[in-house]
Amino acid sequence: MHDKTLTELKAGLQAKDFSARELTEHFLDRIEARDGELNSFITVTREQALRQADAADQAIAAGDHRLLTGLPIAHKDIFCTEGVRTSCGSRMLDNFVAPYTATVVENMAREGAIMLGKTNMDEFAMGSSNETSFYGPVRNPWDTERVPGGSSGGAAACLAARLAPGATGTDTGGSIRQPAALNGVTGLKPTYGRVSRWGMIAFASSLDQAGPLGLSAADCALMLQAMAGHDAKDSTCLNEPVDDYLGGLDQSLDGLRIGVPEEFFPDNLDGAIADNAREALRELEKQGAKLIKVSLPSIKLSVPAYYVIAPAEASSNLSRFDGVRFGYRCDDPKDLEDLYKRSRSEGFGAEVKRRILVGTYALSAGYYDAYYKRAQKVRRLIRDDFARAFKDVDVLMGPTSPETAFKLGAKADDPVNMYMADVFTIAVNLAGLPALSMPSGFIDGLPAGTQVIGNYFQEGRVLNVAHRYQLATDWHLRIPGAFQ
Amino acid sequence: MSSSLFNGWEVVIGLEVHVQLATRSKIFSGASTATGDEPNRHASLIDLGMPGTLPVVNKEAIRNAVRFGLAINAEIGRRSVFERKNYFYPDLPKGYQTTQLAEPIVGAGEVVIRLEDGTEKSVRIHHAHLEEDAGKSLHEGFHGHTGIDLNRAGTPLIEIVSEPDMGNAEEAVAFARQLHAIVTSLGICDGDMSQGNMRFDVNISVRRPGEPLGTRTETKNLNSFRFMEKAIKLEVERQIDVLEDGGKIVQETRLYNGDTNTARSMRTKEDANDYRYFPCPDLLPVLVSEEDIDALRAEMPELPDARKARFMDAYQLSDYDAALLAASIATARYFETAADHGGDAKLAANWVMGDLAAKLNAEDLDIAHCPVPAEHLGQLIQRIKDGTISSKIAKQVFEACWAGDGSPDQIIESQGLKQMSDSGELEKIIDRIIADSPAQVEDYRGADEAKRKKKIGFFVGQVMKATQGKANPQQVNQLLQEKLTP
Amino acid sequence: MAIDSRVVARVAHLARLQVDDGESEALSERLNDILGMVDQLQQADVGEVEPLAHPLEVSQPLRDDQVDEPDVRDKVLPLAPASEDGCFLVPRVIE
Repeated sequence: MHDKTLTELKAGLQAKDFSARELTEHFLDRIEARDGELNSFITVTREQALRQADAADQAIAAGDHRLLTGLPIAHKDIFCTEGVRTSCGSRMLDNFVAPYTATVVENMAREGAIMLGKTNMDEFAMGSSNETSFYGPVRNPWDTERVPGGSSGGAAACLAARLAPGATGTDTGGSIRQPAALNGVTGLKPTYGRVSRWGMIAFASSLDQAGPLGLSAADCALMLQAMAGHDAKDSTCLNEPVDDYLGGLDQSLDGLRIGVPEEFFPDNLDGAIADNAREALRELEKQGAKLIKVSLPSIKLSVPAYYVIAPAEASSNLSRFDGVRFGYRCDDPKDLEDLYKRSRSEGFGAEVKRRILVGTYALSAGYYDAYYKRAQKVRRLIRDDFARAFKDVDVLMGPTSPETAFKLGAKADDPVNMYMADVFTIAVNLAGLPALSMPSGFIDGLPAGTQVIGNYFQEGRVLNVAHRYQLATDWHLRIPGAFQ
Repeated sequence: MSSSLFNGWEVVIGLEVHVQLATRSKIFSGASTATGDEPNRHASLIDLGMPGTLPVVNKEAIRNAVRFGLAINAEIGRRSVFERKNYFYPDLPKGYQTTQLAEPIVGAGEVVIRLEDGTEKSVRIHHAHLEEDAGKSLHEGFHGHTGIDLNRAGTPLIEIVSEPDMGNAEEAVAFARQLHAIVTSLGICDGDMSQGNMRFDVNISVRRPGEPLGTRTETKNLNSFRFMEKAIKLEVERQIDVLEDGGKIVQETRLYNGDTNTARSMRTKEDANDYRYFPCPDLLPVLVSEEDIDALRAEMPELPDARKARFMDAYQLSDYDAALLAASIATARYFETAADHGGDAKLAANWVMGDLAAKLNAEDLDIAHCPVPAEHLGQLIQRIKDGTISSKIAKQVFEACWAGDGSPDQIIESQGLKQMSDSGELEKIIDRIIADSPAQVEDYRGADEAKRKKKIGFFVGQVMKATQGKANPQQVNQLLQEKLTP
Repeated sequence: MAIDSRVVARVAHLARLQVDDGESEALSERLNDILGMVDQLQQADVGEVEPLAHPLEVSQPLRDDQVDEPDVRDKVLPLAPASEDGCFLVPRVIE
């Protein structure tokens, strides 16, 4: 069963080839048997999952088929789940049993989804390798000596290893797309404001967006259909109608205008990565798409702009973790200052602390204009670059990541080098656009991904492009040898 | 300016006023703003700063701020932006206060104050912005720890920042009173200073005329107008003393203690605060349209100045009486109801500012919680006017009303307080008193016209005593004069 | 704009993080690496460009003034490291 896509499993449930309980038990058993090698889950919610599966079987028996009825999903441990520990990969929240449930989780549960558990992630979603988790690194199922990418590393790894057929993630600078690329799965970051952020623990509020990771674009469409929509509890979640993502998947690509930004193929880019993306573009050309050269000159500043804006917002968002109302508190604080400083220093890991310090510095008196304000201006330039490009093209494409999965620890001591892992994904977050990473082949046995960027609220178009590509290729169906 | 010189020093005062808005729910959450309940019963997941929670702006808070802006003829921020003011404090759950800085909802405006000598002065408002209140730190009863109650966290406030346009305590208090009158008239705040629903922070500096502004201090914890006046005088004297002794004023926050009329410096932290303001990424710019503004302008309630003018005109009240009664919406409403029911505005004004005010003051009650409804005071006034009771009995009836014995008519009836109108009955009593007091009668008759006027008092007193005050004094006088004249 | 241990200490205090003397130097170095990369921003020609705080320039939705949040005290107090009589407890704060 585990080699099937979510879409196939849905059909199987409807055809009563197997029950939701059988399906859920199968994945729970696989997690139990194999996750020791990957560490992709922080918490497995077996009992709750089986209760939900039984309810799904009853619903199916009663003819109540919803979008995700009976389908097991793994949620990133950044989404609050009432009654279940929600750690955000941090010691700070190791003891935090959320008192409420995130809208994304609730929306999917309403459509009948079953929660298998909570997946591992970089601490507070800050990282591109899943090495900053308090619960230890996640390993890449294609080579367990390598990282799965991050921050939704647990989500991508458990999918690739077929420990779960669908997963949720969040993407602030590439945290869905980069691990999707490094694990050979499909991941979509929707338009900023497409999916509610209520109950999703904030990293950088103006950049964070939740999205699905799946084995195929069709699976992502199915999950996004359930996740997306207006939520009055999130002021930044827009009241725009949700398109029929599944209905638009098969649309022909004849005449599709694909913009190819020269900045996504810089001179210093690894030739194998560039070739891999170009190969994917050629496949789409075969289907009638036209390639158009475009330029996004300001995106060369997206990494520096991001590393001001994201840490600045994070420094403020993470102030609530103060050891007073929830979460970690140090032993025997001698006074309030001591309580704050030791609780936060002991509760947060090194990368989180670094980013808090950078963000605090960038907002502090005398530096605000030079850093934060300037970064926000650059942000507008980047957005305007995309807007100009989308006058002439339907989607933009290029490699998702400048490299395939790197060795565990390879960049642990070099944050700036680590930040460059997101060089192709970050600009999309600054502009708030939807973008997807799809598997587009292998380089030395490791998966490579190609990114498809759409205009605002054009998730349907992006999914359509990836789906058509996946009809012609089978990269997305490859399973790591050890996890067949 | 020269009118405000103290010993050759010019005093410069500006105010920062926090006004708690009378909305049902909080500014960013649907939790109740009710007070007086158990700790943390009104602290929602949002107010608690739970991970993953997000704010949504309360429409009524925006409308209240716009109403205030219109009342002070300010430019309304068609686009205003919430920012985060970052600092750590246990009653600040998110580690930042959501407030406004660069783009506030209310821009520059003006408040006209009236001084005791009758002159008017304009105090400029720099701006007013919306923000959330913090929770409360409780230092008592936690055996050496501090307890945090977040019921108040997220209650909407507008902070009104004045220009340093006031030159002495009288002006500052007049300004504070006028702001109080405006916000209570608008109905956007209940104005209860004792509960901290309106909080005044006073920035004070002194300088020699013509010199640049001196270093200022900020005095907090002024929970009545009386304390504000005293605290300002205290701080002005202190600053002048320090400077005249060759010292320097340190920029600091001072906490005033009304019980002892002293102030102390709050510990100045060695590191200056650096609040790292930046636009709150969880909120979007608030847009106020021309139509919104027009609609709010159309339904603006009467403001204190307009009301005062109307009172002078409609009720023939003096400037002083009208200003006093018009100052708060609750007092004005009470007065108008009593005057309309009683049919005598001057009498109603005297009662509201006299006996009623004294009683409210003595029991530390707000007029909104007055146990005597305005309609009842009106009825009382009516009974005085139609001669049913004397002014003296009226005070007795008022006390009974206050005690909850019923309406004036019920009390007059049940306690038999009606004035005697039966002249036959009264004549009998007067005849008996004259018969019982031969010496006084002789004395009266022997006196000249001028002295008789005094001597009749004895008989009036006797009659009132015998009738338990129910006789109509005028009638008593008239009958006595007839019967005593030989 | 290189930062040294003194700046790190000031910023760490603002962020209520403890930086021990032993780690201060290495931390300053890392932060300088990051700020060095970030300093590329200084080359950008941003002139009169308006800062962009949100990707989509839309306005704030407003909520009706209704009390609709439940009392969650009994649910959240057990999450607190220390609480008493319905309050969250911290070491005594001296004003």
